Amino acid sequence: MALELPDNVITSKLDELASWCRKNSLWPMPFATACCGIELMATGASRHDLSRFGAEVFRFSPRQCDLMIVAGRVVMKMLPVLQRIWQQMHEPKWCISMGACASTGGVFDTYSVVQGIDRFIPVDMYIPGCPPRPEQLIQGVIDLQDKIQREGTLTGREFSMAQRQEPPRSLVELPVLGSLADARIMNPPR
Amino acid sequence: MTTIDEITTEVQSRFNEIETSQFRNQTRLQVPASQLLEVAQHLRDQHAFDLLVDITCVDYLHYRGATDRFGLVILLANTSESLRITLRVMLNEPDPTVDSLTPLWHGANWLEREVWDMFGIHFEGHPDLRRILLPEEFTTHPLRKDYPLQGFGERHNFPVIRRSEA
Repeated sequence: MALELPDNVITSKLDELASWCRKNSLWPMPFATACCGIELMATGASRHDLSRFGAEVFRFSPRQCDLMIVAGRVVMKMLPVLQRIWQQMHEPKWCISMGACASTGGVFDTYSVVQGIDRFIPVDMYIPGCPPRPEQLIQGVIDLQDKIQREGTLTGREFSMAQRQEPPRSLVELPVLGSLADARIMNPPR
Repeated sequence: MTTIDEITTEVQSRFNEIETSQFRNQTRLQVPASQLLEVAQHLRDQHAFDLLVDITCVDYLHYRGATDRFGLVILLANTSESLRITLRVMLNEPDPTVDSLTPLWHGANWLEREVWDMFGIHFEGHPDLRRILLPEEFTTHPLRKDYPLQGFGERHNFPVIRRSEA
Protein backbone atom coordinates (compact mmCIF):
# COMPACT_ATOMS: atom_id res chain seq x y z
CA MET A 1 0.00 0.00 0.00
CA ALA A 2 1.70 3.22 -1.16
CA LEU A 3 1.75 6.14 1.23
CA GLU A 4 -0.01 9.10 -0.28
CA LEU A 5 1.65 12.45 0.37
CA PRO A 6 -0.07 15.76 -0.22
CA ASP A 7 1.18 17.84 -3.16
CA ASN A 8 2.86 20.46 -0.97
CA VAL A 9 5.19 17.99 0.77
CA ILE A 10 8.61 17.03 -0.54
CA THR A 11 10.97 14.44 0.87
CA SER A 12 14.67 14.96 1.41
CA LYS A 13 17.53 13.95 3.66
CA LEU A 14 18.06 15.84 6.90
CA ASP A 15 21.67 16.56 5.92
CA GLU A 16 20.58 18.15 2.66
CA LEU A 17 17.95 20.24 4.39
CA ALA A 18 20.50 21.53 6.89
CA SER A 19 22.98 22.32 4.12
CA TRP A 20 20.30 24.07 2.09
CA CYS A 21 19.48 26.28 5.04
CA ARG A 22 23.11 27.02 5.78
CA LYS A 23 24.27 27.79 2.26
CA ASN A 24 21.61 30.39 1.64
CA SER A 25 22.31 32.44 4.73
CA LEU A 26 26.06 32.81 4.91
CA TRP A 27 27.11 35.62 7.23
CA PRO A 28 30.52 36.89 6.14
CA MET A 29 33.17 38.11 8.54
CA PRO A 30 35.15 40.66 6.51
CA PHE A 31 38.83 40.34 7.40
CA ALA A 32 39.87 43.06 4.97
CA THR A 33 43.49 44.21 5.28
CA ALA A 34 44.34 45.55 1.82
CA CYS A 35 42.99 46.42 -1.61
CA CYS A 36 41.00 43.18 -1.80
CA GLY A 37 38.90 44.69 0.97
CA ILE A 38 37.81 47.44 -1.40
CA GLU A 39 36.56 44.84 -3.87
CA LEU A 40 34.91 43.02 -0.97
CA MET A 41 33.03 46.20 -0.07
CA ALA A 42 32.08 46.71 -3.70
CA THR A 43 30.71 43.17 -3.76
CA GLY A 44 28.47 43.91 -0.84
CA ALA A 45 27.32 47.24 -2.26
CA SER A 46 24.31 47.78 -4.47
CA ARG A 47 25.89 47.38 -7.91
CA HIS A 48 27.13 43.84 -7.44
CA ASP A 49 24.80 43.06 -4.55
CA LEU A 50 25.94 39.97 -2.71
CA SER A 51 22.51 39.81 -1.09
CA ARG A 52 21.23 38.12 -4.24
CA PHE A 53 23.06 35.05 -2.94
CA GLY A 54 22.02 35.40 0.66
CA ALA A 55 25.41 36.50 1.97
CA GLU A 56 25.02 40.22 2.44
CA VAL A 57 24.97 40.43 6.23
CA PHE A 58 28.53 41.50 6.97
CA ARG A 59 29.07 41.43 10.69
CA PHE A 60 32.17 42.67 12.44
CA SER A 61 31.71 40.38 15.39
CA PRO A 62 33.05 36.86 14.82
CA ARG A 63 30.37 35.46 17.10
CA GLN A 64 27.73 36.35 14.55
CA CYS A 65 29.50 35.07 11.44
CA ASP A 66 30.06 31.77 9.75
CA LEU A 67 32.08 32.74 6.66
CA MET A 68 35.45 34.37 7.06
CA ILE A 69 36.61 36.24 3.97
CA VAL A 70 40.31 37.03 4.31
CA ALA A 71 40.86 39.85 1.84
CA GLY A 72 44.43 41.07 1.68
CA ARG A 73 47.90 40.27 2.93
CA VAL A 74 48.31 39.06 6.49
CA VAL A 75 51.52 40.01 8.27
CA MET A 76 53.08 38.13 11.13
CA LYS A 77 51.75 40.66 13.63
CA MET A 78 48.20 40.21 12.34
CA LEU A 79 48.20 36.42 12.14
CA PRO A 80 47.50 35.77 15.86
CA VAL A 81 44.51 38.12 15.52
CA LEU A 82 43.30 36.22 12.48
CA GLN A 83 43.60 32.91 14.27
CA ARG A 84 41.81 34.24 17.31
CA ILE A 85 38.93 35.58 15.24
CA TRP A 86 38.69 32.27 13.42
CA GLN A 87 38.53 30.41 16.72
CA GLN A 88 35.83 32.73 18.00
CA MET A 89 33.50 31.99 15.10
CA HIS A 90 30.83 29.38 15.65
CA GLU A 91 30.62 26.06 13.84
CA PRO A 92 29.76 25.35 11.12
CA LYS A 93 32.08 27.88 9.54
CA TRP A 94 33.93 28.31 6.30
CA CYS A 95 36.84 30.39 5.08
CA ILE A 96 37.43 32.09 1.75
CA SER A 97 40.98 33.16 0.95
CA MET A 98 40.44 36.10 -1.35
CA GLY A 99 43.19 37.21 -3.70
CA ALA A 100 46.81 36.35 -4.34
CA CYS A 101 48.18 37.76 -1.07
CA ALA A 102 45.90 35.89 1.28
CA SER A 103 46.38 32.66 -0.70
CA THR A 104 50.14 32.74 -1.30
CA GLY A 105 51.62 35.98 -0.02
CA GLY A 106 51.49 37.38 -3.54
CA VAL A 107 54.38 39.62 -4.51
CA PHE A 108 55.16 40.28 -0.84
CA ASP A 109 57.77 37.57 -0.33
CA THR A 110 59.27 39.39 2.64
CA TYR A 111 60.16 38.65 6.22
CA SER A 112 56.90 39.86 7.71
CA VAL A 113 54.20 38.65 5.29
CA VAL A 114 52.66 35.25 5.86
CA GLN A 115 52.99 33.18 2.69
CA GLY A 116 49.42 31.95 2.52
CA ILE A 117 46.92 31.87 5.35
CA ASP A 118 46.21 28.20 4.66
CA ARG A 119 49.46 27.43 6.45
CA PHE A 120 47.81 28.40 9.72
CA ILE A 121 44.03 28.20 9.38
CA PRO A 122 41.78 25.94 7.27
CA VAL A 123 40.66 27.39 3.94
CA ASP A 124 37.68 26.17 1.90
CA MET A 125 37.87 28.31 -1.21
CA TYR A 126 40.68 30.23 -2.90
CA ILE A 127 39.93 33.14 -5.19
CA PRO A 128 42.75 34.16 -7.57
CA GLY A 129 43.27 37.73 -8.68
CA CYS A 130 45.10 40.85 -7.61
CA PRO A 131 42.60 41.98 -6.52
CA PRO A 132 39.76 39.74 -7.77
CA ARG A 133 36.80 41.44 -9.39
CA PRO A 134 33.53 41.32 -7.45
CA GLU A 135 32.25 38.83 -10.01
CA GLN A 136 35.05 36.48 -9.02
CA LEU A 137 34.16 36.80 -5.34
CA ILE A 138 30.51 36.14 -6.16
CA GLN A 139 31.56 33.07 -8.15
CA GLY A 140 33.58 31.97 -5.15
CA VAL A 141 30.58 32.34 -2.86
CA ILE A 142 28.41 30.39 -5.32
CA ASP A 143 31.01 27.64 -5.53
CA LEU A 144 31.18 27.54 -1.75
CA GLN A 145 27.40 27.21 -1.65
CA ASP A 146 27.69 24.27 -4.04
CA LYS A 147 30.34 22.73 -1.85
CA ILE A 148 28.20 23.15 1.27
CA GLN A 149 25.21 21.57 -0.49
CA ARG A 150 27.29 18.70 -1.84
CA GLU A 151 29.33 17.83 1.24
CA GLY A 152 27.47 19.34 4.16
CA THR A 153 26.09 17.23 6.95
CA LEU A 154 23.96 18.06 9.94
CA THR A 155 26.70 17.06 12.39
CA GLY A 156 29.63 18.52 10.46
CA ARG A 157 31.29 15.20 9.63
CA GLU A 158 32.76 16.74 6.47
CA PHE A 159 35.02 19.00 8.53
CA SER A 160 36.84 16.16 10.22
CA MET A 161 37.16 14.51 6.82
CA ALA A 162 38.70 17.70 5.45
CA GLN A 163 41.15 17.86 8.34
CA ARG A 164 42.49 14.39 7.53
CA GLN A 165 43.18 15.55 3.98
CA GLU A 166 44.97 18.75 4.96
CA PRO A 167 48.70 18.59 4.30
CA PRO A 168 50.92 19.81 7.14
CA ARG A 169 52.08 22.90 5.31
CA SER A 170 53.06 25.37 7.96
CA LEU A 171 56.63 24.23 8.47
CA VAL A 172 57.43 24.08 4.77
CA GLU A 173 59.53 27.18 4.22
CA LEU A 174 59.95 28.56 0.73
CA PRO A 175 63.45 28.60 -0.77
CA VAL A 176 65.28 31.73 0.29
CA LEU A 177 66.56 33.92 -2.52
CA GLY A 178 69.90 35.60 -2.01
CA SER A 179 72.68 34.33 0.18
CA LEU A 180 72.20 33.34 3.77
CA ALA A 181 75.96 33.17 4.19
CA ASP A 182 76.45 36.80 5.14
CA ALA A 183 73.20 36.87 7.06
CA ARG A 184 73.54 36.59 10.77
CA ILE A 185 71.40 37.24 13.80
CA MET A 186 72.10 40.58 15.36
CA ASN A 187 72.79 40.96 19.01
CA PRO A 188 69.66 41.43 21.08
CA PRO A 189 69.00 44.89 22.47
CA ARG A 190 71.05 45.93 25.46
CA MET B 1 66.78 87.21 7.48
CA THR B 2 69.64 84.78 7.52
CA THR B 3 70.56 82.46 4.73
CA ILE B 4 71.43 78.82 5.08
CA ASP B 5 75.03 79.56 4.06
CA GLU B 6 75.47 82.04 6.90
CA ILE B 7 74.14 79.45 9.31
CA THR B 8 76.47 76.72 8.11
CA THR B 9 79.45 79.09 8.27
CA GLU B 10 78.55 80.10 11.79
CA VAL B 11 78.05 76.48 12.89
CA GLN B 12 81.36 75.46 11.31
CA SER B 13 83.22 78.25 13.05
CA ARG B 14 81.74 77.26 16.39
CA PHE B 15 82.13 73.49 16.11
CA ASN B 16 85.14 71.95 14.44
CA GLU B 17 84.98 68.58 12.64
CA ILE B 18 81.76 69.50 10.87
CA GLU B 19 81.72 68.95 7.13
CA THR B 20 79.15 70.55 4.88
CA SER B 21 77.95 69.48 1.48
CA GLN B 22 75.23 70.51 -0.91
CA PHE B 23 72.88 68.48 -3.05
CA ARG B 24 70.21 70.18 -5.18
CA ASN B 25 70.24 73.26 -2.95
CA GLN B 26 69.84 71.15 0.17
CA THR B 27 72.53 71.63 2.78
CA ARG B 28 73.94 68.80 4.84
CA LEU B 29 76.07 68.97 7.94
CA GLN B 30 78.02 65.84 8.77
CA VAL B 31 78.37 65.82 12.53
CA PRO B 32 80.42 63.51 14.77
CA ALA B 33 78.19 61.43 17.01
CA SER B 34 79.68 62.98 20.15
CA GLN B 35 78.69 66.50 19.05
CA LEU B 36 75.19 65.79 17.75
CA LEU B 37 73.27 66.95 20.80
CA GLU B 38 75.23 70.22 21.07
CA VAL B 39 74.90 71.02 17.38
CA ALA B 40 71.20 70.24 17.37
CA GLN B 41 70.62 72.38 20.45
CA HIS B 42 72.61 75.22 18.90
CA LEU B 43 70.58 75.02 15.69
CA ARG B 44 67.33 74.94 17.63
CA ASP B 45 68.11 77.76 20.06
CA GLN B 46 70.28 80.12 18.00
CA HIS B 47 68.95 79.54 14.49
CA ALA B 48 65.31 78.73 15.24
CA PHE B 49 65.21 75.27 13.70
CA ASP B 50 62.09 74.58 15.70
CA LEU B 51 60.70 71.60 13.77
CA LEU B 52 62.17 68.11 13.73
CA VAL B 53 60.90 66.78 10.41
CA ASP B 54 62.26 63.27 10.41
CA ILE B 55 64.88 60.91 11.73
CA THR B 56 65.83 57.98 9.57
CA CYS B 57 68.86 55.91 8.71
CA VAL B 58 70.74 54.35 5.79
CA ASP B 59 72.73 51.15 5.96
CA TYR B 60 75.83 51.50 3.76
CA LEU B 61 76.92 47.86 3.97
CA HIS B 62 78.33 46.81 0.55
CA TYR B 63 77.79 50.35 -0.71
CA ARG B 64 80.39 51.42 -3.24
CA GLY B 65 82.99 53.71 -1.68
CA ALA B 66 81.34 53.81 1.72
CA THR B 67 83.61 53.92 4.76
CA ASP B 68 81.01 53.92 7.53
CA ARG B 69 78.25 51.42 8.19
CA PHE B 70 75.23 53.51 9.17
CA GLY B 71 74.29 57.02 8.16
CA LEU B 72 71.77 58.58 10.51
CA VAL B 73 69.71 61.28 8.81
CA ILE B 74 68.10 64.08 10.80
CA LEU B 75 65.97 66.62 8.95
CA LEU B 76 65.33 69.98 10.61
CA ALA B 77 63.22 72.92 9.52
CA ASN B 78 63.03 76.55 10.50
CA THR B 79 59.35 77.29 10.12
CA SER B 80 59.59 81.07 10.54
CA GLU B 81 62.14 81.60 7.77
CA SER B 82 61.45 78.49 5.70
CA LEU B 83 64.91 77.00 6.00
CA ARG B 84 65.79 73.35 5.99
CA ILE B 85 68.93 71.55 7.01
CA THR B 86 70.03 67.93 7.14
CA LEU B 87 72.27 66.49 9.80
CA ARG B 88 74.22 63.33 9.00
CA VAL B 89 75.80 61.20 11.71
CA MET B 90 77.95 58.28 10.60
CA LEU B 91 77.89 55.33 12.99
CA ASN B 92 79.73 52.04 13.04
CA GLU B 93 79.46 48.61 14.54
CA PRO B 94 79.79 47.12 17.03
CA ASP B 95 78.39 50.05 18.96
CA PRO B 96 76.10 52.26 16.85
CA THR B 97 75.17 54.63 19.65
CA VAL B 98 74.20 58.27 19.51
CA ASP B 99 72.61 60.77 21.85
CA SER B 100 68.83 60.93 21.79
CA LEU B 101 67.19 64.12 20.59
CA THR B 102 64.12 63.68 22.79
CA PRO B 103 65.30 66.38 25.26
CA LEU B 104 65.15 68.89 22.40
CA TRP B 105 62.14 67.70 20.43
CA HIS B 106 59.52 65.40 21.94
CA GLY B 107 58.67 64.28 18.42
CA ALA B 108 61.96 62.42 18.30
CA ASN B 109 60.58 59.77 20.61
CA TRP B 110 58.75 57.58 18.13
CA LEU B 111 61.11 58.40 15.25
CA GLU B 112 64.06 57.12 17.25
CA ARG B 113 62.10 54.08 18.31
CA GLU B 114 61.50 53.27 14.66
CA VAL B 115 65.19 53.68 13.79
CA TRP B 116 66.04 51.42 16.72
CA ASP B 117 63.46 48.88 15.57
CA MET B 118 64.60 48.76 11.97
CA PHE B 119 68.36 49.42 12.21
CA GLY B 120 69.37 48.75 15.80
CA ILE B 121 70.78 52.22 16.42
CA HIS B 122 70.93 52.76 20.16
CA PHE B 123 69.82 56.19 21.34
CA GLU B 124 71.46 57.18 24.60
CA GLY B 125 69.06 58.95 26.95
CA HIS B 126 65.87 57.92 25.17
CA PRO B 127 63.09 57.60 27.77
CA ASP B 128 61.44 54.49 26.30
CA LEU B 129 63.54 52.73 23.67
CA ARG B 130 61.27 49.84 22.74
CA ARG B 131 60.30 48.39 19.37
CA ILE B 132 57.51 50.36 17.77
CA LEU B 133 56.46 48.39 14.67
CA LEU B 134 57.68 44.83 15.08
CA PRO B 135 56.58 42.46 17.84
CA GLU B 136 58.58 42.51 21.05
CA GLU B 137 59.89 38.99 20.51
CA PHE B 138 61.67 39.97 17.29
CA THR B 139 65.41 39.62 17.81
CA THR B 140 66.86 41.32 14.74
CA HIS B 141 66.67 44.62 12.88
CA PRO B 142 65.23 43.88 9.46
CA LEU B 143 66.23 46.97 7.46
CA ARG B 144 69.90 46.17 7.92
CA LYS B 145 71.41 45.03 4.67
CA ASP B 146 72.73 41.79 6.12
CA TYR B 147 69.21 40.70 7.05
CA PRO B 148 67.82 38.39 4.36
CA LEU B 149 64.80 39.72 2.49
CA GLN B 150 62.69 36.74 3.46
CA GLY B 151 63.77 36.79 7.05
CA PHE B 152 64.93 33.99 9.29
CA GLY B 153 61.55 32.23 9.26
CA GLU B 154 59.78 34.59 11.65
CA ARG B 155 56.78 34.59 9.34
CA HIS B 156 56.27 30.87 9.85
CA ASN B 157 56.79 30.65 13.56
CA PHE B 158 53.14 30.24 14.51
CA PRO B 159 50.89 27.41 15.66
CA VAL B 160 48.63 25.80 13.05
CA ILE B 161 44.90 25.89 13.74
CA ARG B 162 43.21 22.73 12.44
CA ARG B 163 39.51 22.24 11.97
CA SER B 164 39.10 20.33 15.21
CA GLU B 165 40.84 23.00 17.29
CA ALA B 166 38.59 25.80 16.20
